[in-house]
Amino acid sequence: MKPTTLTGRVWMLRDGSGELIDDIDTDMIFHNQYLHITDIDEMGQYALDNLTGWEDFAERAEEGDILVAGENFGSGSSRQQAVDCFIALGVQAIIAKSFGAIYKRNAINSGLPVLAGEMPDSLENRDTITIDLASGAVTTNDKKIAMLEPMSQVQLDIYQAGDLFAYGKTLEK
Amino acid sequence: MGNTVLEKIFARHSSDDAAPEPGDVIWLDVDLRTARDFGGASVVKHLKRNYDGDYVADPDKTAFTFDCNAPAKTPEYADNQHICRRFARDTGVPVYDVDQGIGTHVMLEQGRIAPGVTAVGTDSHYNIVGAVGAFGQGMGDMDIAFTFKTGRTWFEVPESMKITLTGMPDGEWSAKDLTLKVLGEIGSTGALGKAVEFEGDVVEQLGLAGRITLSSMMTEMGGIIGFIQPNNEVLRFCRERSGGDVQPVYADDDAAYSEEIEIDVSDLEPLVAAPYSPANVKPVSELNIPVDTVFIGSCTNGRLEDMQAAADVLRGNHIAEGVTAKVVPATREVWERMLQSGALRELHEAGALISNPGCGGCASGQIGMTGRHEVQVSTSNRNFKGKQGPGETYLASPATAARAALAGHLGGAA
Repeated sequence: MKPTTLTGRVWMLRDGSGELIDDIDTDMIFHNQYLHITDIDEMGQYALDNLTGWEDFAERAEEGDILVAGENFGSGSSRQQAVDCFIALGVQAIIAKSFGAIYKRNAINSGLPVLAGEMPDSLENRDTITIDLASGAVTTNDKKIAMLEPMSQVQLDIYQAGDLFAYGKTLEK
Repeated sequence: MGNTVLEKIFARHSSDDAAPEPGDVIWLDVDLRTARDFGGASVVKHLKRNYDGDYVADPDKTAFTFDCNAPAKTPEYADNQHICRRFARDTGVPVYDVDQGIGTHVMLEQGRIAPGVTAVGTDSHYNIVGAVGAFGQGMGDMDIAFTFKTGRTWFEVPESMKITLTGMPDGEWSAKDLTLKVLGEIGSTGALGKAVEFEGDVVEQLGLAGRITLSSMMTEMGGIIGFIQPNNEVLRFCRERSGGDVQPVYADDDAAYSEEIEIDVSDLEPLVAAPYSPANVKPVSELNIPVDTVFIGSCTNGRLEDMQAAADVLRGNHIAEGVTAKVVPATREVWERMLQSGALRELHEAGALISNPGCGGCASGQIGMTGRHEVQVSTSNRNFKGKQGPGETYLASPATAARAALAGHLGGAA
């Protein structure tokens, strides 16, 4: 079994005025000029390089990081690279007020936990949080700071299996 | 309690016995699964990495459509396309190659998508097929690889929402103006995660091209799909093209919607979406902006009717000095019909550049890139910052774009 609680340090994807950014679309996450790339190891370097203020994200990201964003994260294109570029950097979960529908599917199918909900404004970059994937509870130092929508059963099943293909094979047995 | 269009299509396409309700996760049988040159090579890679042969459940229900980078302008895209071609030769999957045009449009023209069917592909505007009352969904390369192999994928049944457009505009307007009106009203998350059904007299009288325009921008409203009930024109088109019976799906009168909204469009006028959001909608009449470039095409406005609307404005005139106008017909069929109708010559004589069919600028910047401070009026569907280069893109109808090309500015004194 993979862990159902994840602990990591956050990046609050805020704009210059300190607000969590809404509508971060797939061209901001992984620009269309890189669409020909199919090797996941090459994708991380381009993550968020078209998002104002976050162009150098790939250099700042560390293994185990958790992203926090505003509404409609990942809207736009169906490109899987917009999920895979974060996996390549070792990002272990994404929290947003809401997700673009295709993006959410792609993340679920890749086994990357994505959870919808509100996070407290007081959180700062590099603060450490713990997420309980099954309940949606978020804690810092054992203190509950947010309740996110818990992951759905199919989302947990795919996460546990590893990805959609592995999950599909478990159903054939 | 009755069912919505989506619930009925899903019930028809799910081996799970119960009637699907919002929130249920079902296994959805997919009638047509396609991959483009973008995403396609990754689909092949996933299949080869995860399975030992038997990669394609049914080649007749599967296709590659190359439209993003057509023909390939970089060695990387050429390589990705040829990975798909070689896989297709081995597996018997048909290829609609770089000469055919936008995949979803080609699939509609070929009769492979008709009312009531389910179709998925590596194209976030696959929901365009809501224009004929079919279910379509853009998906990532893992989902598409999985459907190539199994013919199905999981789907969480979304809530349905009804948007009724009331009133009949009496001024000048087009389907794109109507679409931008709705987008401006409900915003980029107005239909987030929902299946929309459009109703109203103004929707009913839209032709297929106009329906495609409206359905295509469901993605920019956050929606899963926007269904439009097929009228006789659409049914006739789909019957002719599919060569058989079509089985349209209609919502029950007592279907349950999570939300029902009305938008009055009786005062509709030409609109644009200003940088950098498709929801940043403004009347053309309030603008006066010098324009450098015009793009006419895309899955949103690449049909013959769109080309004709531009030609009607440009016929006998010449675009302004210093302005370039780039025209990209959606498909080879549209291109040929422009040849027959005379639109091709009219656009050429007006000074427009006319390319081979395809997506144009959207996916990889084949045609329609902008430089810093360059102002582009585009009939496409997205104008996010940096998407089509560092310039500024205004989304508009073909007629508005053509007028901007003639005048050299968007809005202002004619």
